[in-house]
Amino acid sequence: MTVAATSSSLQDAYDRIPGTVVFDSRAAMKGYALNKMCYSFNSRENREAYRLNEDAYCDAFELNAQQRLALKHRNITELIEAGGNMYYLAKWAGIFGMSVQQLGAQQRGITEEAFKEMLLRAGDQ
Amino acid sequence: MARIIGGIATSHIPAIGKAIAQEVQQQPYWKPFFDGFNPVHAWLEKERPDVAVVIYNDHGLNFFLDKMPTFAVGASDLYRNADEGWGLPVSLPFPGYPEMSWHLIESLISEEFDLTTCQEMLVDHAFVVPMTLLWPDGRPIRAIPVAINTVQFPLPTPARCFKLGKAIGRAIESFNEDLRVVVIGSGGMSHQLDGERAGFINRKFDITCLDQIVDDAATLSQMSVAELVLMAGVQGVELLNWLAMRGAMTGSVSEKHRNYHVPISNTAAAVMILENDTVVG
Repeated sequence: MTVAATSSSLQDAYDRIPGTVVFDSRAAMKGYALNKMCYSFNSRENREAYRLNEDAYCDAFELNAQQRLALKHRNITELIEAGGNMYYLAKWAGIFGMSVQQLGAQQRGITEEAFKEMLLRAGDQ
Repeated sequence: MARIIGGIATSHIPAIGKAIAQEVQQQPYWKPFFDGFNPVHAWLEKERPDVAVVIYNDHGLNFFLDKMPTFAVGASDLYRNADEGWGLPVSLPFPGYPEMSWHLIESLISEEFDLTTCQEMLVDHAFVVPMTLLWPDGRPIRAIPVAINTVQFPLPTPARCFKLGKAIGRAIESFNEDLRVVVIGSGGMSHQLDGERAGFINRKFDITCLDQIVDDAATLSQMSVAELVLMAGVQGVELLNWLAMRGAMTGSVSEKHRNYHVPISNTAAAVMILENDTVVG
């Protein structure tokens, strides 16, 4: 009989994946308020409200200091460390017109052009 | 009785929706991708399905982390799209087929797939983009959305999604109406938006997947979710939708069309048509 994977062995398997933070229970617990705020950006009015007063908007969702700082830095790596999920963070990034290529380049620490070139080369392998 | 006339798997990258809205399909960047849909349009014109069962993943339009179903089935007569926050044009609504939805739900739950039923359900780009790619001139078809959680880990295993697909296949073919049904698996292929590995694409694994989806899906479905993330990237787990589509088909299928193109946005994109060799048992 197969033994069901425990949460710790699942987490170990996730943690062995290079360059990747899997959105598991740990991130879910850490990032709920941040993700809830980002989910609210499906609404145009909410995106406008955030743009007009970021601090007040973060207050309303009771974000912690780490999350607020990561938002101020416009830094996806820090936002993921603060429990953010990429699908919701993308809605936040959309407020500033940041593309998924720009977000990818930022996380890789390379230019947007270099990131796009890397994607094009992936087709030649 | 309803009959599955084929399965189609296709990528659903939001940028595709923007390209369609901007009518840039024939520009050099897009042409190799969009030209891959000409044979799909010809196939749909010939086969004329009445109903599409669309297996997809919601990215935070209808479902949030407060209530996250592993499997959810729509049971509405109309499915609306809405603002997803990053500038995609909002699509016209899609007609549903609640009687058939409820038949699927009853059949699936009797087979112990304890899913969430949704009499209201917003459908996001993962539903809209495939429908628009397949029927660019409008959609003479009713749709039933089936959503699989790919946001909050733990995700359902590939094996479970494959089994869900098999149960969906049996449910469709036991619906007592004379209908032609196409099953759509949305998403993929390899891609990763987040982390230092952002931009990860695995062409070799994708090609293996495309081959195994046709003739060895049972082996493919034995991967763990962690292995799938490792090989296909975090968002490449959308292969779960493809496996469920494949499960709805019979054991033996014929590949009628395939197009694989890298990159579209951050993603390896593909489309594939499968036909059943025999009737679902």
